[in-house]
Amino acid sequence: MITFSDVSKKYLTKTALRNINLELSKGKIIGLVGENGSGKSTTLKLIAGLTQPSKGTITVNDKSVNRRIATDVTYLSELDEYYGFYNVGQTIDYYASQFSDFNMEKAEEIRLFMKLDRHVKLKHLSKGNRGRLKIVLTLAREVPVILMDEPFSGLDPMVRDSIVQGLISFVDLEDQIILITTHEIKEVETILDEVIAIKDGDIVGHHNVEDLRFKENVSIVEWMTKIYNQ
Amino acid sequence: MTDTFHSSKPIYSQLAERIQRQILRRELAPGDKLPSVREMGIQSNVNPNTVQRTYRELEGMNIVETKRGQGTFVTENEEVLIRMRESLKNDEISRFVSGMHQMGYSDVEIEAGLVAFLKTEGEEKNQ
Repeated sequence: MITFSDVSKKYLTKTALRNINLELSKGKIIGLVGENGSGKSTTLKLIAGLTQPSKGTITVNDKSVNRRIATDVTYLSELDEYYGFYNVGQTIDYYASQFSDFNMEKAEEIRLFMKLDRHVKLKHLSKGNRGRLKIVLTLAREVPVILMDEPFSGLDPMVRDSIVQGLISFVDLEDQIILITTHEIKEVETILDEVIAIKDGDIVGHHNVEDLRFKENVSIVEWMTKIYNQ
Repeated sequence: MTDTFHSSKPIYSQLAERIQRQILRRELAPGDKLPSVREMGIQSNVNPNTVQRTYRELEGMNIVETKRGQGTFVTENEEVLIRMRESLKNDEISRFVSGMHQMGYSDVEIEAGLVAFLKTEGEEKNQ
């Protein structure tokens, strides 16, 4: 579904990713973990076609990645970039007008699940509810690849729970793959299939999470602490 | 939301054990339908893939049966359920005994302690 072959990414003189090889298949929830600046967000942006590799190739669904890959990929940005003068309903309608795969019924279902009022203006939404709205917009698209950059960042435990519940409820694991970057490993611990650790632009580990628990008797946090200190 | 899982043990097996305990307590009776994979995922905050694996595991032990297009059901085979009851008992005893051994108690001490404990507990109940 997603492949990286010998991918490197440099920003001017700084190397963000170094010779990455990766193969990810559909039907999985995958966590990308690592310190700030380790290359997690760059990895997602490369898959989304928002930035180009300096070297190597990336394919999604056997298509070489460029800006047009947006037809196959939905991307939840770390940033809050929305029109404050729109209300919740208008924002959803706007997204529906931009993406032909946007499923309005599903959007309504997720909106109700997230208990968001259609009529509230975005500038009046709490940070938590803006986080919930981002989930509505991201998951309502029927695309094979879902990318989420720090969906829990700065949100309270109640909101984080509702996001995790939203993921379990509305992602179609028969056909979709989700990549999540996060620092809140505890939040996603029970829903990840695989975990990939990135350190200074290198992939330093990639495991099936249940195997990790079964074979090494460690939690994701313990494993990560171990490989980060090597 | 239900209890949390130990983060260093496989979740599919913890969930399997949880379901077996529900069957023992008759919260799930023989022949009852288990929640769908997604429903169970939502209830216990677990990836549906993991729930799928739990159901497969329980199916392998004949504790549940999957009927095509209908869902997953608790077995009505008494023999299997008796075996499950025995096996959960042995698991719990083995956990207890290995914990006691790790703290340095001998078998004699464990046995005597257990007998004494059950006796006082029994007396308290009868009061």
